[in-house]
Amino acid sequence: MAIHTKVNEQLEHELEEKWTDEPGIPGFFNTVDHKRIGIRYIYTAFIFFFAAGAIALVMRVQLAQPNSHVLSPQTYNEFFTMHGTTMIFLFNTPVLAGFGNYLIPLMIGSRDMAFPRLNAFSYWVFVLSGILLYSSFVIGHAPDGGWFAYVPLTNTPYSSGINIDFWGIAVVFVGISTTVGAINFIVTIFKLRAPGMTLNRMPIYVWSMLVFSLMAIFAVPAVTVAASLLELDRLFGTSFYHVAGGGSVLLYQHLFWFWGHPEVYILFIPATGMISMIIPVFSRHRLAGYIWVATALVAVAFISFGVWVHHMFATGVPALALSFFSAVSLIITIPSGVQFFAWIGTMWKGVVQFRTAMLFAIGFLLIFLLGGITGVMVAILPFDWQVTDSYFVVAHFHYVLNGAVVFPLFGAIYYWLPKMTGKMLSERLGKISFWTMFVGFNVAFFPMHILGFLGMPRRVYTYDAGLGWDGLNLVVTIASFVFGLGALLTLFNFLWSQRHGESAPPDPWRADTLEWATTSPPPEYNFAKIPVVTSRDPLWDEQPLRVAEPGPEPLSALTATGALEKTMPVTEGMDAKPQATLGIPEPSYLPFVAALGVGGLFVGLLVKAALIGVIGVGVGALAVVWWLWRTDEDLR
Amino acid sequence: MRRVRILVFVGVCALLVTGCGAANSIVNPKGSEAKSIAGIWWVAFGLATFVYVVVSGLIIYAITRGHRKGARTSGLRENSFIWVGGVIVPVLILAVIAVLTVQTTASLRAASPDELHIDVTGKLWWWGVRYPASGIVTANELHLPAGQPVDIHLTSDNVVHSFWVPQLAGKEDVIPGQPNDLRFTAKTVGTYIGECAEFCGLQHAHMGFRVVVQTPADFGRWVARRQIAPSEPVSDEAAKGATIFDAQACAGCHTIRGTSANGKVGPDLTDFGSRPTIGAGALENNQQNLEKWIRDAPAIKPGTAMPSFRSLSEGDIAAITAYLESLK
Amino acid sequence: MSQATLPVTTAPRDRGYSTAWWGMVVLITTEAMIFLALLSAYFFIRASVPRWPIGGLPEPELHRSVIFTVILLASSIPIVWMEVALKRGNMRQVKGTLLLAFLMGAAFLGNTAYDYTHMDFGWRVNAYSSLFWGIIGLHALHVLVGLLMSATVQVKVWLGKVSPERHTTPEVFALYWHFVDGVWIFVFTSLILSPHFGR
Ligand code: HEA
Ligand code: HEA
Ligand code: HEC
Ligand code: CUA
Ligand SMILES: [Cu+2]
Repeated sequence: MAIHTKVNEQLEHELEEKWTDEPGIPGFFNTVDHKRIGIRYIYTAFIFFFAAGAIALVMRVQLAQPNSHVLSPQTYNEFFTMHGTTMIFLFNTPVLAGFGNYLIPLMIGSRDMAFPRLNAFSYWVFVLSGILLYSSFVIGHAPDGGWFAYVPLTNTPYSSGINIDFWGIAVVFVGISTTVGAINFIVTIFKLRAPGMTLNRMPIYVWSMLVFSLMAIFAVPAVTVAASLLELDRLFGTSFYHVAGGGSVLLYQHLFWFWGHPEVYILFIPATGMISMIIPVFSRHRLAGYIWVATALVAVAFISFGVWVHHMFATGVPALALSFFSAVSLIITIPSGVQFFAWIGTMWKGVVQFRTAMLFAIGFLLIFLLGGITGVMVAILPFDWQVTDSYFVVAHFHYVLNGAVVFPLFGAIYYWLPKMTGKMLSERLGKISFWTMFVGFNVAFFPMHILGFLGMPRRVYTYDAGLGWDGLNLVVTIASFVFGLGALLTLFNFLWSQRHGESAPPDPWRADTLEWATTSPPPEYNFAKIPVVTSRDPLWDEQPLRVAEPGPEPLSALTATGALEKTMPVTEGMDAKPQATLGIPEPSYLPFVAALGVGGLFVGLLVKAALIGVIGVGVGALAVVWWLWRTDEDLR
Repeated sequence: MRRVRILVFVGVCALLVTGCGAANSIVNPKGSEAKSIAGIWWVAFGLATFVYVVVSGLIIYAITRGHRKGARTSGLRENSFIWVGGVIVPVLILAVIAVLTVQTTASLRAASPDELHIDVTGKLWWWGVRYPASGIVTANELHLPAGQPVDIHLTSDNVVHSFWVPQLAGKEDVIPGQPNDLRFTAKTVGTYIGECAEFCGLQHAHMGFRVVVQTPADFGRWVARRQIAPSEPVSDEAAKGATIFDAQACAGCHTIRGTSANGKVGPDLTDFGSRPTIGAGALENNQQNLEKWIRDAPAIKPGTAMPSFRSLSEGDIAAITAYLESLK
Repeated sequence: MSQATLPVTTAPRDRGYSTAWWGMVVLITTEAMIFLALLSAYFFIRASVPRWPIGGLPEPELHRSVIFTVILLASSIPIVWMEVALKRGNMRQVKGTLLLAFLMGAAFLGNTAYDYTHMDFGWRVNAYSSLFWGIIGLHALHVLVGLLMSATVQVKVWLGKVSPERHTTPEVFALYWHFVDGVWIFVFTSLILSPHFGR
C-alpha cells in the first residue's frame, strides 16, 4: 500500500512535467488537449445557440401580430435561414462534438483523442466556418434560401447575390470539421479504450457517439456534394441543377435529404446517449436493457438511411415508392420505443432523485414522447400531404430538436459542467431554469400544431388577420420569450457558479463511469494510472477502481499501458486487450495554420479571388505535409 | 403535478376543438382527399392520445414509485417490459397505421375518366390558371364544379412552389422540369383559401389564391360567361381607363382578351373585376386598394415584378381602376 | 488495493495497424461516399433525360482511356511491393517501387489533362458535361493528392526517416493510393464505358 502511494505521487509529478500546456495566447492557439478543445467547442457552440435563439425571438416578434412590419420580408427570410442553419450546423452538431471531445477519452479511460492535432484542426475549422457564415450579416447579405436551400430558388438567376454562396460554402466548410471529428471519434473509440473495456462494457454515451460518427461518415458526403454542385452551378456556370441544361431539381432534394434525415438522428442520438447516462445515475439503478439500447442505437443508424424521401412526400415521386418510405419511417419508431422503455424501466426499478439534470431528463421524456408521436403522424403519407411545410412540421421538429436535443444538453450541462470547471452549479436556480424552460417550451411550441391545422404555411414573413392565427401566434411569441429567459437563467447560473459556486468533488453524483474517477477538473493527463475495466459500471462495481498497477515484473503493467510516459494505451478493437502505446503530440500551431489554409480556399471562392484561394491551398498543403512529416516521430 | 397535467390536457382539447370548427382547417374538410385525410387524422389522434396518456402515465408512476410510502424494490422484469412496451405494442399500433396509410394512399389521387383538367402554373408570386377544354384563362382563382373529379396539372418555369387548399386536399409541389398532377373531388359549395406552401422567395407569404366550388349548373354558367370576351367598357371613365391601359406599359405585361393587351408577364386580367383579391392575396379587391396597387405595387408586395406607376395622375389611375373593376 | 492482471505483460504483442492507418480507412469510407453520391447523381440525371450524352455531345474516348486505366490500376502493384519490401527493410526496392508508381500515376494524370484540353466541350455545356468533368476532375484531384503524398513519402525515405519500425506514413499512403485506383474502376465503368452500351 505504502509503496503504491509513493509510486502515485512520483508518477503524478513526472506526468505533470511532461504535460505542461503553454499558458496565455500561444497556448490558446496551439493546445491539442482534448479537454480544452472540448470545452471550447461547447462554449463556442452555445454562443451560436444564443445568437440563433435571439434571431428566433426577433422572428417571433414579427409574427406576433398579423401584417406587422418589424422585419422586411428579405430580413425575415435571412433570419429564418440563419436561425435554422446556425442551430443545425453551428450549434447542434458542434456542441455534441464538444461534449464528445471532452467526455469520450475520460469515459474510456484514455488520455486524449486518437488524433489530438486533428481534433484542434476540426475545432478551428468549425470556428472559421462560423465566422465566415456570420460575416454575411456584417456585409448585409445573409443567406435567404432556408436551411435546406432548395434549387432553383437558390441557384442563378433567382438568387444571384452573394447571400447563398455564404451558405453553400459554409456548409461544405463546416462539413470538413464534422467529418474530421467523426474520424477521430471512431478511431478513438475503437482503439483507445482502457484495457478490459470490451464493446459491451462501453458506456451507452460512447456507443451513441460511435453511432453519431459512423452516421456522419456516411451521410455528410451527400450534403457536401449537394452544396458543392450548387456552388459549381453558381460560381462556375455548370448545369447540375439547371433544368434547361438537363439538370434536375429533385436531384438536389435527394442529395440534401439523404444527409438531412440521418442528420436529425445524428443530432438526436448523442442526446439520448446523455439521457442514458443521466437517468441511471439519478435513479440509483443500472440502465435497464443495456444491450437493447445499444442495439437500438445501431438500428436507428441503419434505418435512418432509408427514410429520406419522407421529406419529399409532396414532390410527386411515384406513390409506390412513397409508401415504402412511409413504412420505413414508421419502423424507425421501434428502436426509439425500445430506448424509451429502457429509460422508464430504469427509473421504475430505482428511486429517482430530482436533481436538475434529472429534471431535464424527465422533461425530455415528456417532450420527446410528443415530438416522436407527431413524427409518426407526419410519416403517414397522406396526412403529411396536408401538414408538410406547415407549422405542424415546425412544431414537430422543435419538439424533437429544441425539446429532445436541447433539454438533454441542458441536463448534460448540469451533470458534467462540474467535472469540466470544478464548480457546482446552483440547484435552486437550475430548477427554476428548468421549469421556466419546460413551461415556456410547451406553451410556445404546442400551439404551432394547431396553426398548421389552420393552414398556416411555414416561412411566411407575415399573415392576414381573420384566419384564426392571430391569438395563437401571440401566445407562441410570448412563451418563446419565457423559454429564452429560462435558457438565460442557466447561462447566468453558469457564470455565477464560476465565481461563487462550490467546488466540485471528483464524483458529486456517485456515478458509475470512469470520468468520475478522476478529479474535477481532471489533470491534463486525465488518469495517472490507466484504469482496467471489468464491468459496465466500473465505479459502482469496483471500489476502489482497478487500475494498471506495477506488476510482478517491475512496473510492467504501467509500462504496458504507457502510463509512465506522455502516451496512452492502444487496445484491440473488440475486446480491448492492450496492443501498443501511442504518443501524445506536443502543442502545435499546425492545426490552426492548416485550418486557416482551408479557410483561405473558401474565402477565395466566396469573394471570387483566385489568389486568396491559391494561397490558402498552398498554406494548407504545406501544413499537412509538415504534419505528415512528423507522424512517425510521435509514435512510440 | 397531476392536476397540472389534467389542466394542460383540458386546455389542449379546448384548443383542438376550436381548431376543428374554424374555417380553413384541415379537419373541416370539404373535398374528397381532405375528408379521407381527416379520417386518418382522427384515428391517428386517438392512438396518439392513447400512447401519450399511457406512456406519460408510466413515466410519472416510475419517477414517483420509489418515493411512495412503503415502496419496496420493484419486481419489474426489465426484458419483458421493454419487449412489450417498446416492441410488441408499438408494432401492433404501427401495423394499424401502416394498413390505414396504404389503403388511403391507394384510394387517393387516382385518375378518373370524367375528370376536369385544369392547368395551374406557379409564377413569382402568383398563380396562372387555364382550363384547356374551354380555353378559359384566369389567375389566382379556380372555379371547380362540386362533385366532379378534377385533375390539377401543376407546372412551373421558375422555382418550386406548392399548391395547397387545406379544406380540399393535401399539397402537391409545383416543380420546374417535372409536371405533377393533383387529383381530387370538391364536395361542398363554397369559397376556400389556397396558398403556396413551398418557400419560393421574397413573397412566398403572398402567393395565395381562392378556390370557388360551385354547383355544376353554376359552374357551367361561369364557364359560359368566361368564354365570351368582355363587353365594351360600360362607362366613359372605364373607356378612358381602357385607352390608358393600352397606351401604358400595362398591356405589355397583362392580357385582356378581346383587346390588344396580350402581355404574358403578369396575370391575365380578363375577369379581374370578379376576383376577390389583388396581387395573389396581398390585398382585398376593391377600388381603393386597386388604386393603391397600381400606384405602387412594390410598396405593397416588395419584390413583385409589377412596377410602380407613380407617374400616372390620380385621374388616370381612377380610370384604369374603373376599367379593371368593370371586367367581370 | 485490487491489482489488475494485464494479459499484455505475458502475451506476445501484435501491434496491429496504427491508429493513423485506421483513420485513413475511415477517411476513405467517407470519400467513397462522395463518389457514390456523385455517381448516383450521374445515373439519376441519366435516367431522367431521353438521350445520353445530352445535346449530342460525343461519347467518351475509349482506347486511350483503357490504356491509361490499365496503367493506373497496375500502379497498385509496385505499391504492394513497396509494402513488402519495407517490412523486409529493403529500402532500395522501396525507393524504386515508389518512384515507379509515382510515374504511372503522373502518366494517368497527364492523359486526363490531355483529354480535357482535346475534348471540345467544357463542363458548362449541359448537365452531362458538368457531371462528366465534375467527376473526372474530382478523381484527378485525388490522383494529384496521391502524387503529393507520394512525393512526401519519397523524400522521407531518401532522408532515412522511414524504416521497418517507422512505417506509418508509407503504410497510410499506400492505402490511399489503392483507394484512388479502386475508385477509378467505378468511375471508369460508369462514365467512360457504360455510355458505349445502351442509351
Ligand atoms: C432530433 C431530431 C428529430 C427526431 C428524433 C425526429 C424523429 C422522427 N421524425 Fe422528424 N424531423 C426533424 C427532426 C427529427 N425528427 C426535422 C428537423 C424535420 C424537418 C426538417 C425541415 O423540413 O426543416 C423533421 C421532419 C420529419 C418528417 C417530414 C415532414 C415534412 O416535412 O412534411 C417526417 C415524416 O415522416 C418525420 C418523421 C419522424 C419520425 C417517424 C420520427 C421518429 O424517429 C420518432 C420516434 C419516437 C417516438 C414515436 C416516441 C417514442 C416511442 C414510443 C414511446 C413507442 C410507442 C409509440 C408509438 C407506437 C407511436 N420527421
Ligand atoms: C436545435 C435547433 C433549433 C432550436 C433550439 C430552435 C429554437 C427556436 N426556434 Fe427554431 N428552427 C429550427 C431549429 C431550431 N429552432 C430549424 C432547423 C428551423 C427551420 C428553418 C427553415 O425553415 O429554414 C426553425 C424554424 C423556426 C421557426 C419557423 C420560421 C418559419 O418557418 O417562418 C420559428 C418560428 O417561430 C422558430 C422559432 C424558434 C424559437 C422561438 C426557438 C427558441 O427555442 C429560442 C429561444 C431563445 C433563446 C434560447 C435565446 C435567448 C437569448 C436572448 C434572449 C438574447 C440574449 C443574447 C445573448 C446572451 C447573446 N424556429
Ligand atoms: C413589368 C410587368 C408589368 C407591368 C408593366 C404591369 N404589371 Fe400588373 N402585374 C404584373 C405582375 C408580375 C403581377 C403579379 C404580381 C403578384 O401578384 O406578385 C401583376 C399584377 C397586377 C394586378 C393584380 C392581378 C391579380 O389578379 O392579383 C393588377 C390589377 C395589375 N397588375 C394591373 C396593372 C396595371 C393597371 C398596369 C399598368 C398601369 C400594370 N399592371 C402594369 C406585371 C406587370
Ligand atoms: Cu410560391 Cu411559395
Ligand atoms: Cu426525416
